[in-house]
Formats: sequence, C-alpha cells, structure tokens
Amino acid sequence: MRRVAIVGAGLTKFYRNTQETPKELAYEATKMALDSCEMKLSDIDCVVHGTAPDAFDGVHMKGEYLSDGSGAYRKPYMRHFVGGGTGVLSPIHGWFHVASGMFDTCLVVAEEKMSSAYPHPAGAFLTIFDHTTEQPLYPTLIYIFAIEMNRFMTTHGYRKEDIALVAVKNKKNAMDHPSAQLPAEITVQDVLNSEIMAWPVNRLDISPTSDGAACVVLAAEHVARRITEKPIWIDGCGWSLDTAYWTTRDLYYPDYLEVAARQAYKMAGIKEPSKEIHIAEPYDPFTYKELHHIEGLMLAPRGKSVQMLVDGHFNRNGNLPTSPSGGLLGVGNPIAAAGLMKVIELYLQLKGTAGKRQVPGNPTCGVANAWGDLMQVGTVVVLRS
Amino acid sequence: MALIERFQKTTDIGFWEGQIPMSYIYTVGRAGEKFFRELINGKIFGAKCEACNITYVPAKIFCEKCFARLEDKYLDVGTNGKVYTFTQCYETYEGIRKEKPSIVAVIQIDGTQGFLVHWLGEIDFEKVSIGMPVEAVFKAKKDREGSILDIKYFKPIK
Amino acid sequence: MEITKKMVEKTATKLSAEEILGGKVLSVKWEPKLKYAWDNGPAIGRYLAELKNGKIIAKKCDKCHRIMIPPRMFCELCWVPTGEWVYVKDTGIVNTWIVGYVDWKAKRLDIKGGVRPITPGIIEIDGASKGMGILHHLGEVDPWKIHRSMKVKAVWKPPEERTGSITDIKYFKPTK
Repeated sequence: MRRVAIVGAGLTKFYRNTQETPKELAYEATKMALDSCEMKLSDIDCVVHGTAPDAFDGVHMKGEYLSDGSGAYRKPYMRHFVGGGTGVLSPIHGWFHVASGMFDTCLVVAEEKMSSAYPHPAGAFLTIFDHTTEQPLYPTLIYIFAIEMNRFMTTHGYRKEDIALVAVKNKKNAMDHPSAQLPAEITVQDVLNSEIMAWPVNRLDISPTSDGAACVVLAAEHVARRITEKPIWIDGCGWSLDTAYWTTRDLYYPDYLEVAARQAYKMAGIKEPSKEIHIAEPYDPFTYKELHHIEGLMLAPRGKSVQMLVDGHFNRNGNLPTSPSGGLLGVGNPIAAAGLMKVIELYLQLKGTAGKRQVPGNPTCGVANAWGDLMQVGTVVVLRS
Repeated sequence: MALIERFQKTTDIGFWEGQIPMSYIYTVGRAGEKFFRELINGKIFGAKCEACNITYVPAKIFCEKCFARLEDKYLDVGTNGKVYTFTQCYETYEGIRKEKPSIVAVIQIDGTQGFLVHWLGEIDFEKVSIGMPVEAVFKAKKDREGSILDIKYFKPIK
Repeated sequence: MEITKKMVEKTATKLSAEEILGGKVLSVKWEPKLKYAWDNGPAIGRYLAELKNGKIIAKKCDKCHRIMIPPRMFCELCWVPTGEWVYVKDTGIVNTWIVGYVDWKAKRLDIKGGVRPITPGIIEIDGASKGMGILHHLGEVDPWKIHRSMKVKAVWKPPEERTGSITDIKYFKPTK
C-alpha cells in the first residue's frame, strides 16, 4: 500500500440558500483546490465524489450530474454515499484509489445543496426511516437526535447547560472561518433561551441546513513530494456500520464510531489516542454529538467529556482543541461538504496555514469523524504532517 | 426451519404504500441566469473556451475539459442549428399514450459544440433528416418567462 | 496555502428563500409524483396482521435466543434464519424520549395555542429481549413528566378502525 497525502484544498462559502447550481458549487471548490497546489485538471488521474441523499438536491443520479463540475470529464469517477458520514468517507474513498497504486492523483469532491428541497430539507429525512414500521409515525431527524441526546444525558447525568457550551465554543471558533454561515459570539443562556425544537434540543443546539462544496487533492507519496514541501498524510482510515434496527441499540454510546476509530488508529499506529492526537474535528451536527463522538473516538473516557469541556480542554488553546474550524454548528452543514470541511481544517492546521484559527503548539496529528446513515455509520480519518 | 415461510395467498403478506413527500425549487445558477434571461430576449447564449476552442450551449461558468472560468466568455450564438439526431415519441414520460406523437430532436447550434434537446414543429416526421437546418421558434414575447419552454420548438429553415 | 475570505467570497451567492420564491433569480419547480408500494415480506406482513388483532408479535433467534421486535426472517447478528414466532406483551418501559415542538417538516407547532408537543420515544417491549425497542408515541401523560424507565402500555385503536399498521397502536400511556 502506498502512502497518500492531501496536497491541496478548496471550499466554497456556505449559505442557507445559494444561487449557484450544485455543479457550479462543486466547480468553485474544485477549482480552488487545484489552484491551491498549482495543479491543472490534466494532472488529475481520477475523481471521487461524496454527496448525501438525492432527495436534498432533488437530482436523481446526482453523482453523474455533478461529475463535470467535479472535474471528472472522461476520467475514472465514482460516487460514494453514507448519509451524514459521507464527507469523511470521501478522503477514504480517494485514499483507496491512490494507495492501491492504480492512480497517482485523485480529486475528492463533496457537495450538497439542501435549499432546493421543499417544504423543508428536514422533510427529506422522513424517507430514511423504515417505510412500514416507522414512517407512519412521522419521525424526523431532529427527533432521533433528541432521543439520542436524552439517552446520552440521562445515562451520564449530563446537564443541558453544560452541553450548550459546545455551541458557544464552535460558533465562536467559526468567527475566524472564511466560509462560515453561522459564526457568533453567544452565551450558554442564548442556547437555552433559543426555541425548543425537540426537548432536549433547542435551535442553537443544531447546525443549519446549508448549500456548499469542498474539495481536496490527493497524491501518492512520490508525486506529493514534488508538489509541496509539506504534504499532509492520510495515515489512518476506518469506517463501520451498526445495525439498521436503530431502536435496539443503546444510543448512549456510539459503538459504530469506536469500531471505526480503532481501525483507523491501528492503521496509524496510535496506541493512546488521547495522548497522541493533538487536534480533533469530531462530527457536530448537534451540540451533544461532538461530546458523544469525543467519547467514541476515545479522546475522553465515557462519561467524562462534559467535565473536560467545562474545564476548557477542548478550546482552541486547550490541551485537545476540538472543532477549531467552528464545526457544523458554526461553519454550516452542507452534509457531505461539511464532513470534508472538517478534514480540510485538519489539513490546514497540520500544515500550519489555518490563519487566525491556527491552534498553538504545532500539532502534527489530527483525527476527524463523521456520522450518518440511520444514525449508524462511523467514518474516521487520521492525518499527520 | 425455513427462511421462506409458505403463504397460501400473496395477499396475506401485503404491501405498504407511500411516497417521498418532497418538492423542489431549483435555482438556475449563475450561468443559467444569463442563458434563461436571454431566452426572454429571443436569444440563445453559449460560452466559449478559447483554450479548448469549444463553445458550450447552454452557457456555463466553466470549461469541463480544462476547468477555465468562462463567466466573461458568454456569447450570442444565434438561433439556428442542425438536427443532430431525432426520434418520434408516442408516450408521455409517465408512460401514457399520446394523442399525437411528438418529434424530439437534439439540435446542434450552428458554430458551436453545444446541443439543445427540443421538439421539432411545422414538419412531418417522415420529412425530418439528420443534418437538416432548423431555427428556434419563440413564444410571443409577453409569454416568455425565462424557461426552456420560451422556445416553442425548432422548425425547418426553408 | 491559507483559505481566505477573499478566496471564498465569490464562490457562492447568498439568497433568501423569499428572494428565490419572489423571482429575484430564475428558478424551476418540480413536484415529483412518484409513489411506491413496498412489499411487506413475511415478517413485517405477520407483524402488521397481528397488530390488526391487537397483538404484538416477535420472532426468536435459535442461536442467540434473542426475541426480536419488529420480527425479522433472519438474525442480523448470527446471520441465520430466525425460528419461532413469539407473542410479546403490549407493555414496556421508556428507553428514551423527546418533547417535540416541530413537526417532520420542521414546522413549529402552536404550543402556545394549546397544541400538545409531540412525544415520541423508544419503548422497550416486555417479553422481547432486553434493549429491544420500537419507535412510538407517548400519550395521556404530561410531556414534562415522562421519565427514563417509565412503565407504559399500548393504547389500541378500536378493532374496527385498525388497518394492520403500526398506527393501530395510538400511543403508549403510563401504567399506574
């Protein structure tokens, strides 16, 4: 297996509603990524694309539709999709292509345009549930997130006002992110006072719906070293899927993620994740989810993440900065593109080019994860400089 | 123990009916805004990549071959083209038999490498041929709304 | 290379839904009219038929001995065909729950106007293996008094109104 590096990255601005078509968004991110490493489309051997359910953009065979905007004209091209987990599966999918030896360079593109969906993008989530035994009860994604948050809270005795600190931290981190849709300086009280969506979830506990695209350029080691002095290596990949009978799992702990993380850590030779990892981008579509994932990534003992959060451990200048980008809560959540945005943040941080968001201490190892499908998939990558 | 239990009547198993209860509003995008607005003016716009010497129709913001930005390369390509290929359709997209079949053609716009799919009108199917010169027939100006349907159909150039 | 504000500012053009609906930019509407008829299969078919009779049925795995609900024709853990059908009770305990102020379309309910919040939860069914929950609604209870491990019982529609659907159970209510 060959070593694979990220050598370039691009990102659009994230907005609730954009004028651009999905393929125009994909083009903007892809073009920026190529320009960032001074590569041309003709330098690219293959393209992979990550994008979530067709029901958002409302384009069936969305992968094919997006291919030209992703630079895939007459190139090997493949779409992957694991719901919300897609954006971190994207670099893994690209990694296969290059690590295998089949291709030297690969564009990894992720796009989502949720604003096309009416009456509300959230409605598309109804159709991910079992059509016979669950859809007649009209569940929505907010409900099942809230259901999971409640189980997580009651199991560990966590308080809502402590979990709300994740929104405070991430939205503040997003103030320095150029693509951010919802950067803000808010307080815990603001989160608690925002409208209840589904108790225990308030509006400010949730990431927004968004339009946007992201792209990274991957290269095999011998090519990467010609492109840049500081390639950022994909040293660990992991993914796993828990049972589709989601109501039979104990939702307090993300087993799907621990399995994926162990796989990625093993590949990267990481034995003590909380010591060897300097920076993390845990998937944070909801506030509690960042903590849930910090525990699943084994960066905090079970039941201890909230105390560490309160102690400032996860702040940008803390021992283990989490979501220094601003996360989905602050930067926005164009599903697949948001996951890839997190990987891009690690890339920039490890390269030392995160600008105002740069965490101190020259981090050399980072982990990102995403989560999706029917609350069951974990996707994890470990990057090193 | 069998994986498949025996049912005497398949209706005992039954089925569950449902639908995906979504609708969509697609913005036409940055290039689409130019292309569709110009249809209101009775014009067809493309975009030219000078490096690849390709003119795309409809206009787009980028060249899919070299990824050059084409937003300042929009141009009026006229309303004439040639039948590239064609067919006659007897059913609607829902599979319902049409009262009168319609002729659908891919039309290559003259001077470009771009194509539009549209109907052919004012001609019998038997008389259509590949390479036949055609021109766009627009709706009355007041009825145009920035849609591909602002072109009623293409008709043969006499 | 850093990604800067200047680099991203022209990549996307901000609009509001009102601007799109109001015609500031051109757009195209589509109402998909696709409908589906999903075959139930033997397991869910029997499950629904039993719900019509006012009963909840599960299926047992002969290898791991789990009694599984909803019933299924194969055990997804042992990867073997499941064995006997087992009736389970229509009582259970609340595993987790929420108090919902929005509907599935993210539309806010008129809570101030007296609409009761929606209270779905996961109910672990008595007689099924530990942790075997199903999604359903909770009713006849103050939404703010629902608690973990609360004992509940199914409230059924009258037999003549049942159609062989998960909604033949109206909701689960607390048992005294």
